[in-house]
Amino acid sequence: MTVSPYLPLPYRIIAVRQDTPDTATIDLQPVRAAIPEPAPGQFTMLYMLGVGEAPISVSGVPIEGAPLAQTLRGVGNVSKAIIRLQPGDEIGVRGPYGTTWPVAEADGHDVLFIAGGLGLAPLRPAIRHVLAHRDRYGRVAVLYGARTPADILYRDELVLWRRMLDVQVEVTVDRAQRAWHGAVGVVTELVSRAGFEPDRTLAMVCGPEVMMRFSVQALQGAGLPSERIYVSMERSMKCGTGLCGHCQFGAEFVCKQGAVMRYDRIASIFTVREI
Amino acid sequence: MESLESIVLAQPFFAGLEPDIAEMIAGCARNHVFEPDAYLFHEGEAAREFFLLREGDVSLEIHISGGTTIVLSTQHEGDVVGASWLIPPYRWNSDARARTRVRALGVDAECLRGKCEANPRTGYAMMKRFAPLLVRRLQAAQTQLLDVYGRADRP
Amino acid sequence: MSASGLPKTAAVLGPDGLQALIAALAARGMEVIGPVERDGAIVLDRIAGIADLPAGRTDRQEAGSYRLADRDDGALFGYAVGPQSWKRFLHRPVETLFRVRRIGQELAFEPPRETPPRTAFLGVRACELAAIAIQDRVLLGGAYVNTEYAARRAQTFLVAVNCGDPAATCFCTSHDTGPRAHSGYDVALTELLVDGRHEFLAEPGSDSGAALLAYLPTRPATAADWAAAAAVAARAAANMHRRMPSEGLKETLQAHPEHPRWEDVGQRCLACANCTMVCPTCFCTTIEDHSELDGLGAERVRRWDSCFAGDFSYVHGGAVRTQTRSRYRQWMTHKLAHWWDQYGTSGCVGCGRCIAWCPVGIDIAAEAAAFVESSKREEDAHGIA
Repeated sequence: MTVSPYLPLPYRIIAVRQDTPDTATIDLQPVRAAIPEPAPGQFTMLYMLGVGEAPISVSGVPIEGAPLAQTLRGVGNVSKAIIRLQPGDEIGVRGPYGTTWPVAEADGHDVLFIAGGLGLAPLRPAIRHVLAHRDRYGRVAVLYGARTPADILYRDELVLWRRMLDVQVEVTVDRAQRAWHGAVGVVTELVSRAGFEPDRTLAMVCGPEVMMRFSVQALQGAGLPSERIYVSMERSMKCGTGLCGHCQFGAEFVCKQGAVMRYDRIASIFTVREI
Repeated sequence: MESLESIVLAQPFFAGLEPDIAEMIAGCARNHVFEPDAYLFHEGEAAREFFLLREGDVSLEIHISGGTTIVLSTQHEGDVVGASWLIPPYRWNSDARARTRVRALGVDAECLRGKCEANPRTGYAMMKRFAPLLVRRLQAAQTQLLDVYGRADRP
Repeated sequence: MSASGLPKTAAVLGPDGLQALIAALAARGMEVIGPVERDGAIVLDRIAGIADLPAGRTDRQEAGSYRLADRDDGALFGYAVGPQSWKRFLHRPVETLFRVRRIGQELAFEPPRETPPRTAFLGVRACELAAIAIQDRVLLGGAYVNTEYAARRAQTFLVAVNCGDPAATCFCTSHDTGPRAHSGYDVALTELLVDGRHEFLAEPGSDSGAALLAYLPTRPATAADWAAAAAVAARAAANMHRRMPSEGLKETLQAHPEHPRWEDVGQRCLACANCTMVCPTCFCTTIEDHSELDGLGAERVRRWDSCFAGDFSYVHGGAVRTQTRSRYRQWMTHKLAHWWDQYGTSGCVGCGRCIAWCPVGIDIAAEAAAFVESSKREEDAHGIA
């Protein structure tokens, strides 16, 4: 009998970083065999003994000696349990699954990243890839919206990107007190401020569905064609391999034809309720 | 020195404005400089002027009980601050504070309202610019209200 | 079939020959599963011989109704389909995928080692062969494979029995999936009850099927036997009155996610999930952790799930499909429309189980017809025609 695609590989947690009050990033190292190298935008299924599995996007690709990094928000039983683990503890990892951010298609284009909340996690490997191959791309802008200043993910890295001089990094929060000196307002307000050329720009959008709907509207309003807008969908997932049926979104399986999807391919169902 | 009319025409908000209307608006306008932490206006005051930000950041704030000040939104170069001058009773519904040194073009509300009344073409030019702004602000407020990012303890 | 219309290897066997067939399968180390009567229904279970078969019994099915009745011809396969499909033996309702143990901080994953037993299915209808072929595509045709299904499927010997007495809920002729089996079997039988004789025309569909027939007490098939078998199929087809529309169905369902009919059917549907459980192609599953009492080990267990379940679409913050109409829309649009995009076939084979076993008698064929009708009316109203 061939090996079940559901069988995880044991991975050891080597570091846990608390990013925000409810979100942590874990660094993982394979105990023996490793999963194939995830591409930006892909996700894995993380398994916690006695609790279960959850699809979690890869927030750091294991290249050049870096560990596999995954960012989890403690919202479900699995993610809550995993972010409480300590270095040395083991979890199961299988994957990677799903489509990738179009970092190759974006070659030669201006690139606009729009992230909302935890949506910065799946985008981070794509942003890192673009910045690591900076000469292949035109203007690069990272627009990031968070709930409050305390909910901003990867602060150090945002500062690092902003210091790069040839990257526009705009951060805004939905609500803040006076002590916050950054922008306050929704992330879509940043779109008009980014001042991109719609003819040569490709946008990658990741965040809660409502945030993506408004972002797509703002991008279209600014003249960006649907085929150069990419979004990342979220649906219930049990297998990640197209076999369990849970993640269907119209005729698509989010685990196979997603999570990253070209907007024009799903435009007809993107705003349909409960689909 | 730049004429007020050329400053008006240079504002993205007034892009495409016909010269005679720009001249009319310039007739109601004056330049302002606000030092950091200075207030452009306070909640409840009469809305006599609105501002086009030529430089610097402004935050719209509301003071709530317990000494807390909530920032509703921030406005930046090219943005318009203040719409209450359009709608009775013409009173500001938040504070506007300069976060940096701010250079702004202030347009006198009573003066402009009068010109709009007298000249519907000017009124329509203003409507075309302020209506999308108001809708955009409304949509932004709705999105903020949705609290789309949630939080683990408050899904 | 050869040019003369008579495949050389086709044979005719009597009830004793059928008994010998069951015995021969068992002698080859196979567990033989066939139809048996139990709890007021014809279900699928282990059989030892023809005495276990539901002789002289038939099923009367209507929307929301299934009853057994006597028939006067002593037929062994004189019914249409029961509540169970062969899915339960290939894509099992509950399956342990692997075990996990924690030793110190380390995790050890242990896949199961046993090979599934060789199994023969006796009495597989043409619609069910079609359903198995569809599940083959769904579970074996993609980049990832349901390995447990693959292992069981490889160990399965299929004896089809052509349908002679379809139920009122049947509509396999609409999908061209019956009543006569055309492929996908090892042996296909047609039960012949002519002039007081009780025989079976046996056609091999594979080398192992042919080898098995050669071993049984049979007589060669005559033109009269072929004519009798053709008459059985023709009568069955003629007795099928339900129709599933095909023209424009996929496009209509996909183009109208907000059609008022969804609300209409959503008001009737109880979201009980019966239709998905009895459907021979529905494949959705969930995976659970069954912890051991010491907390150091667990089994990963896969279980049938249903798109009608409240938590099926759950993501952080709540279910995507909270309303029954959304779930019915998902089920029906997937089955009759998206399935084409995903697997190049409809997900429906016309077995009618979802109609009979729906507690409120929702008829998928009637619902489909209502959608197609209303979209035709819409086109007429717009003058597109």
